[in-house]
Parts: sequence; structure tokens; C-alpha cells
Amino acid sequence: MSMKASTRQIDGVTIVDLSGRITLGEGSVVLRDTVKDLLGKGQKKILLNLGDVSYIDSSGIGELVSAFTSVRNQGGELKLLHLTKKVHDLLQITKLYTVFDVKDDEAAAIGAFTK
Amino acid sequence: MTAPQRVSYRMESTLDSVNKAEEMADQAATQVGFDEDTRGGISMAVREGMINAVLHGNAYDPAKRVNLTFEQSGRELIVTIADEGKGFLPDEVPDPLAPENLLKQSGRGIFLMRTFMDEVRFRKLNSGTEITLIKRLQNSDSALDRQEAST
Repeated sequence: MSMKASTRQIDGVTIVDLSGRITLGEGSVVLRDTVKDLLGKGQKKILLNLGDVSYIDSSGIGELVSAFTSVRNQGGELKLLHLTKKVHDLLQITKLYTVFDVKDDEAAAIGAFTK
Repeated sequence: MTAPQRVSYRMESTLDSVNKAEEMADQAATQVGFDEDTRGGISMAVREGMINAVLHGNAYDPAKRVNLTFEQSGRELIVTIADEGKGFLPDEVPDPLAPENLLKQSGRGIFLMRTFMDEVRFRKLNSGTEITLIKRLQNSDSALDRQEAST
């Protein structure tokens, strides 16, 4: 199953709705290209909605970390929204849960970005 | 008790092989009787082992293959993944949980294999590396046992 990414804007925050699997190959590339494209356009407040992401492997975790550091290095913020149990557990196991700013509510997540 | 079953595949060094191996792992784990959560962990460990073999071992070389074996013996599943690459030493892979490594993009595959399997062994071959992944069926993660208990 491939991964899809669509973007929308609310209050200066770009929400990226992801669905499918973030794995080695296409899934990781879609995420990488999407974040790179947003940063290229100067959109540095990014909320990744992972509610429909069914699976992430080590490559996908690496891509999330890479997205996080790329955005941060450009003075932006990247947060995660709506983790499924599988993804939540995986981030806990890899000790990344506390590295990312993880939110359960979209409006609250948008409000949490620096004004 | 069922007789031991062993099935081997010679796979191409492609992403498609990684995906196929993950599916085969789920099927093999189902046959042994692991529950859904445990099957997910086994499939992920096999996926990570295959990524290791295809990407880091064989480096997508079309001339090189990955030998994948599933062995079901009683209440355990043994998966062997052997590549034909340069070989590597798992001890040289830095701890991905160390604070200084948390934001590294790679290096979590072996950790995930060890997390989800009971035993993970590495063996250097003349040409390549062999990874053996072992998962034993506990009463708590047996779908079959739960089924039998409820009937």
C-alpha cells in the first residue's frame, strides 16, 4: 500500500494529512518530498497528521526524525497529531515520543504553535 | 504437536522482496498461533532484517540474493535471513537510545529486531551476514490457546 500526503492551511499552520505506510521506499520519499517542498515555500509551521498512518518501519521513523530536525534547523516547528496505537508504541519504544511534540486535538495543536 | 516445517526462499535484492517477506512472516506467525500484536512485532523484525540484507548487505545489487528461511517447530518460529554482502558487526552499530543518537536518521533496525524477538543472532558468512530471529510462543500471546480455552 502506498502513502498519500495532502496539505491544508489553518491559521498559518500547514497540516499534512498522511495515510498509508511510512516505510523504506515510496512512503519515506513522499514524506521527505512533502516537508522539503513546504520548507522551500517558507512554510515552517508543520503539523503531521498521522491518524491514517497504519504502519511505520525504521526507515519511516528515520524520516520523521529527519523532518523534525530539518524544520527545526530552519527555525520552524514540527508537531505530530493523532498517533495510532502502533505508531505511539513505536515512538515510545524508540524513546522518540518525548522528542516530538505529540498532540491529540487538531485545534489545540494549531494553537500550540508559536505565534 | 505438529511436525517441524521448514521453507526457504531465494529472494532478489529489492524492496518488493522486503514487502513479500513481511507478509510471509505474518502468515508463518499465524500458523504457529501467535496473537495479532505478537505477529505485528515478528513481521516488523523480519522486515527490518530484510531491509538490512537488501539495503545494507546486498546494496540492491541485482546479482546478489537473500536467502530467507522460515522454520516452525512446535511452539517457536525461527526466521533466518542471509545476504551476500560485505558483512557487518552488529556491535559496531551505535545504541539508538543513547541521547546523542536519538536524532540520527538511521540505526534502529537491529534494536527493533531485538525488541520484538526473543532471540536475535548474527553470524558472519564467507560472503555476507546471516541473521537468525527466534520467537517462542508463550501462553499469553497464543491466539490458539485462547481459542481452545474459550471452547
